[in-house]
Amino acid sequence: MNLNELTITQAANGLRKKEFSSVDLTAACLNAIREKDSEIHAFLDVFDEDAIAQAKQADELLTDWNPELPQLLGIPLAIKDNILIEGKRCTAGSRMLEHYTASYDASVIRALKKAGAVFLGKTNMDEFAFGSSTENSAFGVTKNPRDSTRVPGGSSGGSAASVAADMALGALGSDTGGSIRQPASFCGIVGMKPTYGSISRHGLIAMASSLDQIGPMAKTVEDAEIIWDTIAGVDAFDSTSLAKPDPKTQSIKEFKNLRIGLPAEYIGSGLDGDIKEALLNITKKIENSGAILEYINLPHSSYALAAYYIIVPSEISSNLARFDGIRYGMSRDEGNTLMARYTATRGSGFGKEAKRRIMLGTYALSAGYYDAYYLKAQKVRRLITHDFDSLFNSGIDMIIGPTTPTPAFAFGEKINDPLSMYLADIYTVAVNLAGLPALSLPAGTVMRDNTPLPMGLQLIAPRNAERQLFAAAKEIESFCP
Amino acid sequence: MSISEQDVEHIAHLARIKIDAKEKNIFQTELSAILSFVEKLNEVNTDEVDPVNGGTLLENIMRPDEQEDVYMEKKSSLLMEAVAEKSGNLIKVKSVFE
Repeated sequence: MNLNELTITQAANGLRKKEFSSVDLTAACLNAIREKDSEIHAFLDVFDEDAIAQAKQADELLTDWNPELPQLLGIPLAIKDNILIEGKRCTAGSRMLEHYTASYDASVIRALKKAGAVFLGKTNMDEFAFGSSTENSAFGVTKNPRDSTRVPGGSSGGSAASVAADMALGALGSDTGGSIRQPASFCGIVGMKPTYGSISRHGLIAMASSLDQIGPMAKTVEDAEIIWDTIAGVDAFDSTSLAKPDPKTQSIKEFKNLRIGLPAEYIGSGLDGDIKEALLNITKKIENSGAILEYINLPHSSYALAAYYIIVPSEISSNLARFDGIRYGMSRDEGNTLMARYTATRGSGFGKEAKRRIMLGTYALSAGYYDAYYLKAQKVRRLITHDFDSLFNSGIDMIIGPTTPTPAFAFGEKINDPLSMYLADIYTVAVNLAGLPALSLPAGTVMRDNTPLPMGLQLIAPRNAERQLFAAAKEIESFCP
Repeated sequence: MSISEQDVEHIAHLARIKIDAKEKNIFQTELSAILSFVEKLNEVNTDEVDPVNGGTLLENIMRPDEQEDVYMEKKSSLLMEAVAEKSGNLIKVKSVFE
């Protein structure tokens, strides 16, 4: 097996047994990038020299083996290009930041550096994380490694593709409405969004501040947990961040004692028939293992997308106001006034979807419309959150369902109809509105045009129940083809 | 909900984004379609419901007004490198008042 095809767990084991070095591992990944990425285009920047230098440092630390060494020491990872690495370009997939160099490390990067991880490069994404296909990147699309005529999903499409194509052993993505889970589902890997606050947002280019979270993307659930464990925790730079749940005080139920709920609303008419069949096959196996599977209801689930597409553009319009050509980023001087600098910079620097969302948000927050749109959406959000909370409070341990309504779609299929693109996130957005942790794991394939396309199964857990979520996901992973 | 071209002009002005006539037309169609879709929320009775305020359940997170982490020290030169127009260590802007 080639070293770049290993999982993080296997690689960490091999490093400690001195079967190979971090430099060997990193070189194998860089080689895979050289061979495959001109076709796939997962990476916007590759750090050939710096990655080897980091790997050499890791190898030094590995010679003095001790059981306390961090699990990610010497492990090569890909980082989504909306997460700041000091001294490196950070574009957020946008012309606005095409020439911007980060002036500090994101908190997650500091944590990964402390653990001795290796950074292979920055991955492609929908501009400012607005999208579900990576087609909105200003720097070209990324291809799904399982079918090059199809999208990898988005907005963390580059990160998903880098792991699925064995160009990286793991990656970081970000998720505001499904941007980790949906591309993980489309590319056949594991993607997890933690509880809101679990991972610090300091150094993540903001999209919608009340929903954004960074999360791991990896080949196995075990690998994803290792990444989460390394970067989660309270951070003085993010006042919404939470302490990592203590494994000693948090009890984890055995899988066969779990009550798992399947929402009737998630397997209705909008769901592709093949995905539904594959999902129900797995739920049968879950039942056979002894866990209880029950049909549940999420009465307000049909309103999640509408609430999301008011709240998120509103927060976007506020967060993107900082791109004014003054302190950083593109700056267009087309007249003699301050106003002209603003409007010309923002007119040129932002792509279509960015402008669309900023304008939608500006409208929803404007005088006369704030109550009817933004306030109304935040009230419905309360009801959506309550649907989940009352189920978890009544003894349901976890909620299961499909991650996406269809497998990966073809390039160009949805790009001209914003609403149809938004519908790709129908099962994922409610989770962000409620701030819950959720994970997508590969659950098999469905055939389209004689090509097997991956499909993902989503697990949703109560707030701060990450360890229970990972434990359950590992069990279910063993039932999946 | 249908919005007019004037509405689109007004929104673009508020958002400080320069758009051309073609974009104005396209946005009018697209934004109207999205706004019609979100009107679905009017089906939900929210009379006795409090709006959610942010994503966190935490309240009043405070810290002493002291520098605790030296990591961010000495970054000012890196910050200034990103500035489009400057004069020494000062950011230059066009006059705010005409």
